[in-house]
Amino acid sequence: MNINFKKETFRDDYTFRNSPEAIRRFPFPFHEDKYMYSVNMEPHVPAGPAGHAYNNGIDVDEHFVSEMEDRAKVLKEDPLRYQALPHMMTAQWDTLELLMEQQAAGYPEHFSLTKDGDNWHWINKPMGIDQKFVFGDASTLPMEPLEFITRQAQGDHVIVDQRDGNLWCDAGMVTTQADWSLDFDIGMNFMEWHGPVPLAHNLGIFERALKFLLNLQQGKPVRRLNWTMTINPRLDTSPENYHKWGTDRATVTPENVGNKVHLRCELQSLWRLPRSNAILFVIRCYLIKMEELVTVPKWARRFHRVLRDLPPELVDYKGLTRYRPTTVEWLSKYDDGKPTSPGIFPE
Amino acid sequence: MTLNTEMRVRVADIKQVADHVKRFRFERVDGKPMPVFSGGAHVVVAMRDGAVLRRNPYSLMSSPEDKSGYEISVLRVENSRGGSHFLHDKLKKGDELTVSQPVNLFPMDQRGRKHLFMAGGIGITPFMAMMDQLSKTGEHFELHYAVRTRTHGAYWKDLEQRYGKSRVKIYCDAENLFIPAKAILENQPLGTHLYVCGPHGMIKGVLSTAREQGWPSQNLHSEEFLAPPPGKPFNVKLAKTNKTIEVHSHQSILEALEAAGIDAPYLCRGGACGQCETNVVACSGKLEHNDIFLEPEDKASGKKIMICVSRISGPDITLDL
Repeated sequence: MNINFKKETFRDDYTFRNSPEAIRRFPFPFHEDKYMYSVNMEPHVPAGPAGHAYNNGIDVDEHFVSEMEDRAKVLKEDPLRYQALPHMMTAQWDTLELLMEQQAAGYPEHFSLTKDGDNWHWINKPMGIDQKFVFGDASTLPMEPLEFITRQAQGDHVIVDQRDGNLWCDAGMVTTQADWSLDFDIGMNFMEWHGPVPLAHNLGIFERALKFLLNLQQGKPVRRLNWTMTINPRLDTSPENYHKWGTDRATVTPENVGNKVHLRCELQSLWRLPRSNAILFVIRCYLIKMEELVTVPKWARRFHRVLRDLPPELVDYKGLTRYRPTTVEWLSKYDDGKPTSPGIFPE
Repeated sequence: MTLNTEMRVRVADIKQVADHVKRFRFERVDGKPMPVFSGGAHVVVAMRDGAVLRRNPYSLMSSPEDKSGYEISVLRVENSRGGSHFLHDKLKKGDELTVSQPVNLFPMDQRGRKHLFMAGGIGITPFMAMMDQLSKTGEHFELHYAVRTRTHGAYWKDLEQRYGKSRVKIYCDAENLFIPAKAILENQPLGTHLYVCGPHGMIKGVLSTAREQGWPSQNLHSEEFLAPPPGKPFNVKLAKTNKTIEVHSHQSILEALEAAGIDAPYLCRGGACGQCETNVVACSGKLEHNDIFLEPEDKASGKKIMICVSRISGPDITLDL
């Protein structure tokens, strides 16, 4: 499949748009007309209609090149968005192999990986990268293996180490996050970094999720969807840059909802890494404008109902308080009250 | 949807490596590469032995980077439930079996400044893969390996040759040499992690010596696969599906369910991983907990059971399945 990579921005003039095909492939996160936390993990196997974001283990789409340019800008201003503790080097190589293999297998027109023993050759055509290196020898790459490959893979990447019956956030590349910070969370365990999430603790969600992940098996990745909302198509909604985007939330008016308000979906996939026994946590962010979302009638009806009936704690935690009423009002025009079909895919 | 990732393999080689110990090499029938793994990982080997399907966990001992095949070593146990006898006496080169993806319940701590291994008998196997991995990244390790006699101990000569006598110490019961755990544990640099694998008594002894010396529990690692002990037959009632299944003397609850065509979750089949934890609805007998996963208070509560190794003495148990 040949992807037509777009030239667009996720800051300043915000030229980001989804093509009609990109809208249809969007991983819409609501399988019913309401939302509550759950351990909503399922096997990460190819699924969905042809072209959907679920078709490949690691998804590459039309925004790839521009997203990687945005990541480079974030890193230039703040190199601490990439960090790896010293004991994570084996896991770094595991991740490099996984992302190269997945991208080359899913998109052979755009990426290729050839191996001759430990002598590897990686070609990333969309970004014009052609790199020969020795697997396992970091001195043969221009930077650490995890930084090298995550500058060429969409989504944030966190590697969690497994020890003492817990998972530890010990390495990562995080530039497209929904208001959390790798620099703040590095070294924390699973329970610590989920500390701020409301309601879910009382439901025992994190205990169950941790137990599940500790037994995550090699060759059996899992996925779940998470979501929030973002004003303007900004990938880098980080605490570090809160001063740049926090006030955007006060700029929503009935006239600009369709263009300014975005549903932000995270396709999270978790992979047991072979050599290190660590887990790679891919947090891939997808953005869609309200005016793009309502081109799929099922999603327009459903998102209106979800947002209208969202528990107040979640409205607060996700930071939707200021613009939710305006958005619900705008969406109501696209909800004729008809029933919606089960599942997340468009009708 | 469950994803079946088991691999069909052919027995490529069988070698007697010591008294009562055979090494088996498996290669994929479809010719694809084996997944690489981390030292300490095991696979569950599924064997069709007549009418019985046996599934036993074995540590992988081959080089984790060797994608051409996996190797395990198996001790022929006298009072075997059947698995080791089948592998030793019936399995032939060229036969086909199924192995699971590698699972690691005995991983090395990547932060370790030094890795200290203590093996007893067949407990050597996970350490062979670990040492292979560490030697490639140039990390610091030391092995203390106890064998009954020189001819009982598999691999001790190879290991001495490969890693040198300064890193590999052999202790032979028949020569009245035992691992001086106390002296070794007293003299370790900060940041050392200890790994023990062998008979139950040895693991218990070494770990309690380490604790007495003030070793932090995070630095102590051990692995022990428990075979489900036999007992009197009893009935399992399944609350959700309203079925009753008999568990025979030499069967675990999990095996009885599988024989009846019921899929229950499992990973290690040795009472260690927690995957098969099941809620007990009612029990008319006494629970016999044989796992090392449940906390003492869970065991005392009578509300949970690990169906891969635990059973009851009494007429029947009702499970939330």
